[in-house]
This record gives sequence, structure tokens and C-alpha cells, in this order.
Amino acid sequence: MSSRSVFSALMGVYILVFFAYLFGPLVVMGLTAFNTPAYPQVYPFEAFTLDWFATLFADADMMYGLRKSVLIGVLVVLVSVPVGLAGAMMMTQVHARARSFYYLVVVSPVLTPGVIIGISTVVFWRQTTQMTGLKFFYDGTVLTVLAQSSFISAYTMLIFLARLQRFDHTLEEAALDLGASRAQVFRNILIPFMMPAIGSASAIAFLSSFENYNTTTFAILADKTLVTVLAGRLRQGTTPALSALAVTIVAVTVCGAILYEYLKRREAREADRRALNASRAELADLNAVAQDAA
Amino acid sequence: MTSAVALDHVSIRFGSFTAVDDASLDIAPGEFFSFLGPSGCGKTTLLRTISGFVEPSEGVVRIDGKDMRGIGSNQRPTALIFQNLALFPMMSVAENIVYGLRVRGMGKSERMKVADRLLDLIALPGQGNKRIDELSGGQKQRVAIARALAVEPKVLLLDEPLSALDLKLRQHMRSELKEIQRRVGITFIYITHDQGEALTMSDRIAVMDRGVIQQIGDGRTLYNHPRTAFVASFVGETNILAGKVATAEGELAEVATAHGPLSGANARKLMSGSDAMLFIRPESLRLTAPGAGAIRGTIVGSAFEGHVTHVSLVAADGSKLTVSVNGEAARLVPEPGAEVGLVYRPEEAIILPSEGYAHA
Amino acid sequence: MHSSIGQVVIYVIPAMVLAWFGWLAWRDRRDPANAGRQGFVARNGWPVAGFLVIAVGFWTIFMIVLPLFSMIDLSFRPKLPPPQWGGPKDFYTLDNYRYFLFGSTTSTAAWNVTHLTAFALTILTSIAITALDFVICYPIAYYMAKVARPNRLRLMMLMLIAPYWVNEILRAFAFRILFSSQGIINNVLMASGLIDQPVDFLAADVALYAGLAYAYLLMMMFALYNALDTLDGNLIEAARDLGAPWWHIHAFIAIPHAKPGIASGSTLVFMLTAGSLAAPLVLGGPRSLWFTPIVYDRFYQAFNWQQGAAYALILLVACVVFVLGVLRLFKLGLAEIAR
Ligand SMILES: Nc1ncnc2c1ncn2[C@@H]1O[C@H](COP(=O)(O)OP(=O)(O)OP(=O)(O)O)[C@@H](O)[C@H]1O
Ligand SMILES: [Mg+2]
Repeated sequence: MSSRSVFSALMGVYILVFFAYLFGPLVVMGLTAFNTPAYPQVYPFEAFTLDWFATLFADADMMYGLRKSVLIGVLVVLVSVPVGLAGAMMMTQVHARARSFYYLVVVSPVLTPGVIIGISTVVFWRQTTQMTGLKFFYDGTVLTVLAQSSFISAYTMLIFLARLQRFDHTLEEAALDLGASRAQVFRNILIPFMMPAIGSASAIAFLSSFENYNTTTFAILADKTLVTVLAGRLRQGTTPALSALAVTIVAVTVCGAILYEYLKRREAREADRRALNASRAELADLNAVAQDAA
Repeated sequence: MTSAVALDHVSIRFGSFTAVDDASLDIAPGEFFSFLGPSGCGKTTLLRTISGFVEPSEGVVRIDGKDMRGIGSNQRPTALIFQNLALFPMMSVAENIVYGLRVRGMGKSERMKVADRLLDLIALPGQGNKRIDELSGGQKQRVAIARALAVEPKVLLLDEPLSALDLKLRQHMRSELKEIQRRVGITFIYITHDQGEALTMSDRIAVMDRGVIQQIGDGRTLYNHPRTAFVASFVGETNILAGKVATAEGELAEVATAHGPLSGANARKLMSGSDAMLFIRPESLRLTAPGAGAIRGTIVGSAFEGHVTHVSLVAADGSKLTVSVNGEAARLVPEPGAEVGLVYRPEEAIILPSEGYAHA
Repeated sequence: MHSSIGQVVIYVIPAMVLAWFGWLAWRDRRDPANAGRQGFVARNGWPVAGFLVIAVGFWTIFMIVLPLFSMIDLSFRPKLPPPQWGGPKDFYTLDNYRYFLFGSTTSTAAWNVTHLTAFALTILTSIAITALDFVICYPIAYYMAKVARPNRLRLMMLMLIAPYWVNEILRAFAFRILFSSQGIINNVLMASGLIDQPVDFLAADVALYAGLAYAYLLMMMFALYNALDTLDGNLIEAARDLGAPWWHIHAFIAIPHAKPGIASGSTLVFMLTAGSLAAPLVLGGPRSLWFTPIVYDRFYQAFNWQQGAAYALILLVACVVFVLGVLRLFKLGLAEIAR
């Protein structure tokens, strides 16, 4: 056997072990959601049950947390998508000498531990609201949205920067030349161009917000989100209802992923069809010219 | 009559680099005017100045007699067709065409009528719902023209619009463009580095080199009466012989070249002693017996092109020359290797100053 | 020094930076070389320009800079009941840092052993886990970038991302199920007769370290993959043709090329690990030492926000030092790793 094939066999084994490490714990957890014992276990598997899902959905705290998480997620999307877009558009316009400083400031939240973002947000707004008397602002939901958006905006900004790099600025000029105002150029040209990035940035913003714990646990104050409720439960002890929650989350995201993949494939097919049309039209043009000449 | 577009001592600088140097010209309404010049000579920059994307560092642009200083590109009565077309990929063909009307607040049903009319004009009827990436290069080209025409500009600016097309299509589109201009009757300002395009379509041409307008005139004038060495060499084929003016008297002068003294029309009234270049068109040279004629050379090859045959020669000093021979006379061209003499009528050769000439 | 000075400084610094930005822009406008260029408002139109300035301004100032500054400020202030904040007793002090070192705000007699070891352990473990993640990920990332065919690659990508759709806490929970005394590992070990008493993996921190190594693998994987993906395959072929042994190709071609990826992956993994709160809460045994839960307790058990801020700042400084260290080690700039 050549050394090359030994290597590839070793590599195959390694990849298998790696993915076993990646999925094993999750599969085990998923199975415990369907096993009857009150303590999450797969072995021995006593009997199949869906009761843990019922327990989960009957849990008022969890359901409250879920609604709160969704609300916060939506608000974070509404804040971080426009802010990230503005941050990305600003990048090329900041004076060249200040650009690296600007970059440092706006990506720093990505490199700052989440707990610190949560703590600093709470500390700042507690002082500010006490000084200014804007008490309603010192609220778990508001602070969580602000704290999460501070780093999620940096994520969305990076997504927008990548897309902006492929933006052809002559499109802007073409629109201006046809009489559009700057605002119309922004609305009719830039935003539609950014739409795919806005879609993926929204998804990423929502998911990052929904699953965030480190920042939220500080910023949420006395309120609670699904993840903080979950963390509280885990500290009290473990039950298969939590596995059921995980299974539900995975099921929902897998559905989302399948939908996304489906849409993407459809879009790709459409693009192929258009490219085919284009080459047909090209051929027809050439034929017409050739006939003219003849 | 006020000119459609007037440039009044326009200079454009980027930092210390001068992209356009002191350009002045007047373009008449309804004229097909071209800028011709090699890549990087500042054609696009000049066009962007007319359409308002670049403010001149000095000088004034007037459109329809109106000073354009401080008027943005979205307020000017010009429409620009970009070098890369810049069609909006997120809009359909029809939406592209009427975008200019949409931002002017025209209602949707009215817009669609205009779109249909313009789609007919560019021979794409009923294709308004297609996406841009479904079109061929030629179709995209025509959509870009329709989009620009939709806003009924006084001046249409075209930046090498045919450069992305296949060679055959390009020639076809020339006549189509000319036809569209005849129909809409507005001023066209056309940019190209292809002299064939410029010569066939334009009423007048401005030849540019390194930011400087060298000469403005119709094709015939540029070809027959170039005012600078650059124009003489850039427009049409020519033979270039460098030297110093030896004697200058009346219309003619004699230039001391590597081939000995050669005379030609002293178009710029050069004094004797100044550096000069003598330009002789290949069709002005005739083959004759070796020893006779002003120039000697050895034939190295010939290219038959039907009505004309191009004969290449090498002179005694190693420089290359081309002679075109018409019709039947081509049969009499000696075989490669043969020594021949060349004659020409001095008034058909042109002597121009060699200063500022850097292109070989 | 009274705390009111700090309040002034906090607001003056961003104002000065803004003034600097404004000055640069103003000087540019006056520079005759830029005569034909458009200014910020002309270029964007005032509605968009306004949106850009307000959005970016609010984000950078009120969401990033001022919160950080006030946390730094708070960490140097004494513990006072809120009504006395800014009052006559509110002078800057190093008490909170002194407490971190000596376990007391007044005496320096004894070291604060618990907190100091927790801190040191957190940092060292995070470094070790970062290195471990690199070792785990490198072969897979290399395989994906340079060996796998497109179809296989897509599948692997999908399989890599999938586990990370499950949130961090539930991922930690999964490890808890695996490692708990009635968990599957203990059950299997006991059933096979290898042990007769359940092993307390949680108390031994095995579960914690395994969970932490698992938690942020993806960051390292994608950072490495992106870097290796740009490596020219011909280079590897050429080296192989010249008879370079396999380890030579990795040590002298692939890894040097992947430097920016290694740096960015390491930075992210370290930062996330050192700052992780979920895994230690869920997987830590009763005597486990991790720094973030201690910070958390300063706030919500001891209700000493000043001290909590100081602890958070210590953690932040450790992360910054790590980032700078990595940048220095790999001779890179920040823009090359933050992608
Ligand atoms: N915004 C700018 N800043 C600096 N230099 C510029 C700018 N725009 C153009 N130039 C320079 O001005 C010169 C003329 O450019 P221009 O685009 O007008 O050439 P062109 O004649 O259109 O060439 P081509 O045929 O290649 O399109 C070039 O050397 C170019 O590098
Ligand atoms: Mg150009």
C-alpha cells in the first residue's frame, strides 16, 4: 500500500471520529427527549414518549421567555441591519487617515467577550438614566437590544462590506445621470442590490440574538428570555424537557435551512435559464448580422 | 445659434496629474461629434465633465448656452451611456428603460406606454419583462440607448458603447446608431479609440492625445490636413520620416532625413533648422525603378486585399515603409528581395513639427 | 480625584475624536488638490448622509465607546449606595483591584488565592483549548480546502454548521448528559464492567474542558478553511514533485500561508472561551474555577458593581493582551484577522 493511500485512509477515519465528536453529544441529547425516565438518559432506553414535549410547551416561563426572545430578536434585526449597513457604507467614506481607527472601533465588539458587552451596557445606561431621569429606558428588553446590537451590528457590517465590495458604482452614476436624487439612488439601486445581504444579515442577526446568553444574562436585568430561563433550569437540574427544547430548535432550524437551500437552488436554476437565454440571443444576433451581410 | 455643448478652456486635474488640458470646443445641435484618442488620453474624463460627474478644475462647460457650474449630473439635460453600460441588474428591461421617468414622477401606466414605444424603437418589442442578464450584448447595448433616450436628453453621451461587442456586430451597430440619431435628431457625443468608428459615423471629430485636443475637424480634413504629428500618425496609415527642416520656401519645404533631403507641404510654416517629421500616406507613394525616385528600399512582402495591395519595404537605414498599390498595378509589384525606388508628389506629403510627439 | 472628573473625561474623549474626524474632513475640503471632489453630504444626499451619521454615531458612541468607558470608570470607584454616587465620598480608588489581588480592600497581607487561581486557570486553559482546537481543526480544514471535491465539501460545510444551530447552553447541556454520573458514558462503562462506581467527570472538569473545546470549534475551522482555501494548489504539487515530505509541505507552505487564519481563529476561540459563561455554569462542578462566573457573582450575588466592573476589565485586558500577543507573534495587522 502506498503512503498516499495510508494517509487518505487515516484521514477518512479522522473525519469520521471528528463528526462523531460533533454530532454524538447532540444525538444523545436528542434521544433523551423521547425516553421516559425523568433523568435524561438514552441507555437503557425504557420506552418511547412525547410527554416531554408536552411538559415543555406547558411551561409558562419557557413560553414567556420564547416570546421575549422573539421580540428581542426582531428588534435586534431592526437595529443592527440598518446600523451595520451604515457602518459598512461609512467605511470607504471615512478619511483615509482615520480609517483604521474607525475599523478598530467598529470591529472591537466582535473581539470583546460577550459578558463585558453586557456589563458595560448595563453600567452605562444605569448611570445615564439615573442622571437624565429617562427611567423607562432602563429596561431589560431595551438594554438587551442595545447590548446585543452593539456586536451583532459588527457582524452585519462585515456581511455588508463583503457585498458592497462587489457593488458597481457606475450603477449609482447611471441613476444620477437619469435624474435620480441621492435618496432615490439609495432606495432604488443600493438597497435592492444589498437585498441578498440584508436577508442573510437579518437571519444571522436574529439567530445570534435568539441564542445569545453571555450578553443577555447581564442586560436582561430582572426580565427573562428563553435562554436565560433555560440556564436557570439547568442550574436547578436537568430534565428531558430541555432535550425536547433542543430537538424543537433543531427541527425548526433544519426546516429553515431546507427552505433556504430550496430557494437558493430555485434562484440558481433561474439564473441558469437566463444565462441560456442570453447565449441564445447572442447567437441569434450573430446569425442576423451574417444574413444581412449575405 | 447657441451650441449644444461648449467647452471653454476646460482643464481637469486629479492631484498633480492633468487629465484634460485646456480644452475648448463648440458642438452644434444635432451634430454627431466624436472624441478619438488612444486609451487613457482623457476621453472618459471629458465626457464625465460634460455630464456633471467631474467638476472642471478650470474653465466652464455650457450646455445649450447655460453655464453648468454647480449643476449636478441629475439636473443636466444630458444622458450618458457608460462604457460598461451600467444597466440595473435588479430591474427588468422595461423598468430599466423608464427609470429616468420614474424618478421624474411619471405614473406607471404612462411609463409602460413609453417603454413599449422605446422597445419598438430598439427592435425588442414585447421583451420588457426580461431580466438584464437574459439579453445578448447587442440587446443590452440597445436597452442602454433606450434608457438614455427615454428622458429625452438634449445631448446623448456615449462612452465607447460598442467596445464590448463582437467585431461583426460592432459594424452592424454603427449603422443602427447612426439611424437612431437621424430619427431622434439630438446631439450625439461619441467616444472611441477606434478611428473606423469615428470616421464612418461622425460629422466632426476631436482627436485627443494625453489630455490635449490636437485637432477638430471632419474626417476628410483630419486625414488630408492633419495639424499635428500625432493626428497625422493616428488617423489612417502613414509613413513617418523624421529629420530637420533644411530649406523652407513658399508652400513647400525640404527635410533632411536618413534618406536624404525630401520635400513636402510645409503646413505649419516651419523655419529651417527646426525638428520636423515628414508624413507620406501609403497611397501617395509609387514604386519605380531602383535608383530613380527620392527614396530607396527593398521589398519584404505584400498583402493582397482585393482592391488594394499593401507592399512593405525596408529602407537602407532599416526603417519600415508601406506602399499601397491599386487594382491591376499590383500585378507589377516585384518579388520580395527586389530593390525599388519610391516617388511621391511633394504636395501630398506633409511636414509637421515633431515636438510633443512621443508615439512611435 | 473626585469621580465627577471622570464623567467629564468620558464625554470629552469621544467629542475630541469626533472633532478630529471633522477637522480632517474640513482640511480636505480646503485642499485645492481636491477642488473637484464632492463632500460627504453632496456625495450621499442629506437624507442618506443624515442616516449614516446618526446610525454610525449612535452605534459607535452610545453602544460601543461610552459603555466601555463607563465600565472602566466604575471599576475605579468605591462601593457606595446609588444615592451617594457622585456625592462627596465618590473618589477614585484602586480598592476593587486591590480586592482582586488580596481579597480585601484594606489589607495586603494575604493573596486572594481563589480569584487569582481562577483567573490564571481560565487564561491558561483557554490558551490550551485554543491550541487544541487548532490541532483538531487543521487536518479537516486542510482536507476541505485542498483535497475534498465540491460535492463532498458542500456536505461537510453543512455538517459543520448544523451543530451550531443548537444554542450554546443546550450544547453544554448535551455534554452534561454525556458525562453526568447517570450519563451514557458512565452507564456504558459500568455495564461493560470497566468501573463499578460512576466517575464524577463534572467534578473533575473533564466535562467542562470537553465542552469548551467543542463550543467554538467552528470559529477555528472556518478561519483556517478560508485561509487555506486561498493557498495555490500548484505550490503544493510543485513541492511534492521536488520530493518534499508531507510534514514539510504543512510546516513550510500551508501553515505559513494560513497565518492570518490561524491568528483570527485563535483570537476568536480564545476570546469566546475565556469569556464563556454558559459552559462553566452548566458543566462546572461545585469546585470548578472559571473566571466569568466569579464576575457574574460580583454583580448578582455580591451586588458590588464596582468590583464586578473591575473584574470584567481585568478579563478584557487579558483578551486584549492575547490579541496583541497573537498579532505580534504572527506579525499581522488587525484588519487581516477581523474578517
Ligand atoms: N478619479 C480619478 N483620479 C485620478 N486619476 C484619474 C481619475 N479618473 C481618471 N484618471 C486618469 O486620467 C487619465 C484619463 O482617464 P480616462 O478614463 O479619461 O481615459 P480614456 O481616454 O477614457 O481611456 P480608455 O480608452 O482606457 O477608457 C487616466 O490616466 C486615468 O488614470
Ligand atoms: Mg474611457
